[in-house]
Amino acid sequence: MALVQPRDGSPKRPDEGLLVPALIFIGVLATWEILTRLLEIKPYLLPSPVLIVQTVLADWPTLFSNYRVTLSEILLGFVLAFVVAMALGIMIAHSSAFRRGVYPLIIASQTVPMIAVAPVLIIWFGYNIIPRVLVTALIAFFPLTVTTVTGFNAVEDDEVNLFRSMNGTRTQIFFKLSLPTALPFIFAGLKVSATLCVIGATVGEWIGADRGLGHLIVLDTAQFDTPRVFASILLLSISGVALFLIVSLFERIALPWRHGKQAPDYRSLFLPWRHFYASRTAATIPKKEV
Amino acid sequence: MFGRIGSLAHGDVTKLSVEKLTRSFRDQHGRPLPILEGIDLYAGENEFVAIVGPSGCGKSTLFNIVAGLLLPDSGHVYMNGKDIKGTPGSVAYMMQKDLLLDWRTILENVTLGPELSGEPRPSFRNRARDLMRRFGLEGFESFYPSALSGGMRQRAALLRTVLCDKRVLLLDEPFGALDALTRAAMHVWLLDIWQDFRRTVLFITHDPEEAVFLSDRIYVLTSRPARVKGIVEVSLPRPRGHEIIGTLEFAQLKRRVLDLVWEEEARSLRSGPSECSGDMGDD
Repeated sequence: MALVQPRDGSPKRPDEGLLVPALIFIGVLATWEILTRLLEIKPYLLPSPVLIVQTVLADWPTLFSNYRVTLSEILLGFVLAFVVAMALGIMIAHSSAFRRGVYPLIIASQTVPMIAVAPVLIIWFGYNIIPRVLVTALIAFFPLTVTTVTGFNAVEDDEVNLFRSMNGTRTQIFFKLSLPTALPFIFAGLKVSATLCVIGATVGEWIGADRGLGHLIVLDTAQFDTPRVFASILLLSISGVALFLIVSLFERIALPWRHGKQAPDYRSLFLPWRHFYASRTAATIPKKEV
Repeated sequence: MFGRIGSLAHGDVTKLSVEKLTRSFRDQHGRPLPILEGIDLYAGENEFVAIVGPSGCGKSTLFNIVAGLLLPDSGHVYMNGKDIKGTPGSVAYMMQKDLLLDWRTILENVTLGPELSGEPRPSFRNRARDLMRRFGLEGFESFYPSALSGGMRQRAALLRTVLCDKRVLLLDEPFGALDALTRAAMHVWLLDIWQDFRRTVLFITHDPEEAVFLSDRIYVLTSRPARVKGIVEVSLPRPRGHEIIGTLEFAQLKRRVLDLVWEEEARSLRSGPSECSGDMGDD
């Protein structure tokens, strides 16, 4: 059974790659639902998917007020990790003193368990959002820093020489050569960081918080309110996936050359007959010569 | 042997001359490793000059110096009497690899030079569009380099070099990576283009036939450290087509270049690999 017919030459559409995982996911949920019902598993041990969704709907006000806190920690942590990783990555890639002096320390810092650092941060910054955002950023910045350094180092000497032979300035070399070369690497790092941010924010709240889904999970576990624990987990994983997808969307827009042979014509996106437009341009690819 | 009967301007002002150029690098033990030793060469206005030498002899180092990317230890690079050593942007430089940037369309790639020098976009875009057809790239303006064949990529790189709008072009083995058939087609095409654009060209190659077919004068270099082993003036009439390869004159010229290359080969084999240690292979 051919579920999806890949069209020749055209770049893969995003929905084509999602069909199989979606089917597997639905299958797992169905099995889970049936097993919990047949074996009469107690909800505090393992709530069924339907019960989890019901809990989300029933407890929405409580969940949402906590979710807002966690989400802002995730997003602030992500932004902070991004800014720090960019700054570090660019400095490490462009200064050999920085690379020799600071890069090994950053790598060594990853052996420090962040869970152990979190309480110290609370002592320093108090019982507020700052230590949680910091834990999130601390967990998320590292892979992004590494990929950023790798990306900027991927610039070839000959490419720099090409720009220099055309009298290109350092600024031009950075924005027109180094940055575009590094971008695919940076996006790869951003995807990893995005998912790590969800972990970071949750862990940060376990250590010490009076609000947030991580905090709620701690409370609910103590009271064996397992369905609501799962409801919180559901919201957290949805946020992780959503953040990942948003990064992927930006990647598609920022790196059109990775997804097709021709520069996209964004004007056509705003035309109702864009499908006609797309098929027409695809049909008029000129023949290669020599 | 040095009389020039070429159809091009001769005996005129020297457009580009390189005088007593010397440069050495350091090997991994910090010992000086001479690469270029007193290189003299000149290219007159609108001349096509080929530089032939064994691979790794320092031809690319020579070009990097002429392009102003690298300073010589001693010697000068004159363009119309002005010393241009250490000043990038005086000549247009096409390196061995096509170095097309993946994220730029072909149109954006070929107009990199004028874009970097701050020329207004519409003016250079129009200039490029006109030339795209001449370079066999028409219809590919909005495509990324990944959509192009090897020959097209080389032509795009050459168009980028031409659009830098310099009187002197340095071409470092531009067709080295192409298959023989594509290469032969590119030779005829390049001469055709060159007749129209009339620039002074310095052309590195290790193919004697390519050198004879394309150029007005051939400099044969020794293996490292590079010195000028011999000069062969090519007085074949222009415009040249492929039929010229079968002529006696062509064969004799090619033979002369090969003799110089073989002589050098034999000498460097006798003297052993002592001078070829280190990892400074730059071409």
